[in-house]
Amino acid sequence: MTEKSTWRTKVGLAEMLKGGVIMDVTTAEQAKIAEEAGAVAVMALERVPADIRAQGGVARMADPAKIKEIMAAVTIRVMAKARIGHFAEAQVLEALGVDFVDESEVLTPADEEFHIDKHQFRVPFVCGCRDLGEALRRIGEGAAMIRTKGEAGSGNVVEAVRHMRRVQSQIKWLTTLGPEQLMTAAKDLGAPYDLVCEVARTGKLPVPNFAAGGIATPADAALLRQLGAEAVFVGSGIFKSDNPAARAKAIVEATTYYDKPDVVARVSEGIGEAMPGLDVAKMDESELLQTRGW
Amino acid sequence: MKVGVLALQGAVREHLKALARCGAEACEVRTPEEAAACDGLILPGGESTTIGKLMERYGLTDPIKELAVSGRPLMGTCAGMILMAKNIIAGIEGQPRLALMDVTVERNAFGRQVDSFEAEVEFRGVEGGPFRAVFICAPIIREVGEGVEVLATCEDKIVAARQGNLLALSFHPELTSDPRIHRYFLSMCEQAAKELAR
Repeated sequence: MTEKSTWRTKVGLAEMLKGGVIMDVTTAEQAKIAEEAGAVAVMALERVPADIRAQGGVARMADPAKIKEIMAAVTIRVMAKARIGHFAEAQVLEALGVDFVDESEVLTPADEEFHIDKHQFRVPFVCGCRDLGEALRRIGEGAAMIRTKGEAGSGNVVEAVRHMRRVQSQIKWLTTLGPEQLMTAAKDLGAPYDLVCEVARTGKLPVPNFAAGGIATPADAALLRQLGAEAVFVGSGIFKSDNPAARAKAIVEATTYYDKPDVVARVSEGIGEAMPGLDVAKMDESELLQTRGW
Repeated sequence: MKVGVLALQGAVREHLKALARCGAEACEVRTPEEAAACDGLILPGGESTTIGKLMERYGLTDPIKELAVSGRPLMGTCAGMILMAKNIIAGIEGQPRLALMDVTVERNAFGRQVDSFEAEVEFRGVEGGPFRAVFICAPIIREVGEGVEVLATCEDKIVAARQGNLLALSFHPELTSDPRIHRYFLSMCEQAAKELAR
């Protein structure tokens, strides 16, 4: 019997994207550049996070015409963002046939209490997290891929590093606990008990764990991969830089050869200036995107 | 005997685990030297354009071709099958490939991700009933040349084929715990190793 859109096909697609780079694009032309550079997927957007941050206002799902234009331009997977809790935007994205929906803090949240019930959808979802509890809550709701949030549009990798380290150390901590300690751990993490038990047993998240939010250089990608990210999302970092095509290609190669510094050194040469970054420590709490969602 | 998994991008770890479960010695392959040292190689699922580009940029295309020409077995799953095909439908312009197998493969042939599915397929040469196959944005084989044996079909489409030491699958045996197809491939590797030792 044939069964469509099973949990295994959703997580399976996430597995197929491992070791790759997912790039934010706003036009068909940019999508082509990403595909040519070796991206495994593109994220179709109206504006990259750095511009959303600069321009302010309410950030929403992209125009379906824009998403369709990008889907028609490339043969690789296409993702798109829906606002947190905005299940009607997610329904639209599913109807368009996008390959993954990112329920994303980069857009203005539509619901401050509830995230989308992702199990109801045929399309798989990726969600952001800042710690293990948030990751497991999203997986409990049906996310087939997790990405650490970092601080989108900042060009500063510090938050992505903080979130990845936190998730990894919390996973390690769980594996050291006895069975009688796991319910209290679930309570403290605010995470579903069954998933806490699974992580304690396997020492890894039940779905692939990628990194996002502030990655701007090949070395940033290599750093996050060495900290445990199975793949990386690069948002503003490519198309807000001097030479997007060269930087995109370099980040792809550094993501594959993340543990070979000679390769990372070579690909980092002469690719122009990175995007200008922001000092996250000096930002006002209200300017942070990572605190959206719970 | 050592079986490699091309580790440029994609579901590498799942294949390594499946090989380990079968008791085989397995290793990641990211350099020409690592490729040349294998008795067999798996080309995993992932994004075929990404893997192909990295394969060319990092000098892996020729060593892998030589491996195959020398008689060592190759198994390609999903993206790996695309890389092995001589002809590709719905590829990108000048899509990098190994072009080893006399087949025409169509990329994304079942549609987009929302059309990804699981199904039971009968696999010729593998005993013990149908195999639970996971198809993810899967390619299919549209045409086969002489000497290519069709091993499995699904909805009348060719989803597995073999040409001598080359084995290509549309689906992902590494995503299920059923070891039969990896065992089938390992027996191809053992046989090839024996013949090469002669």
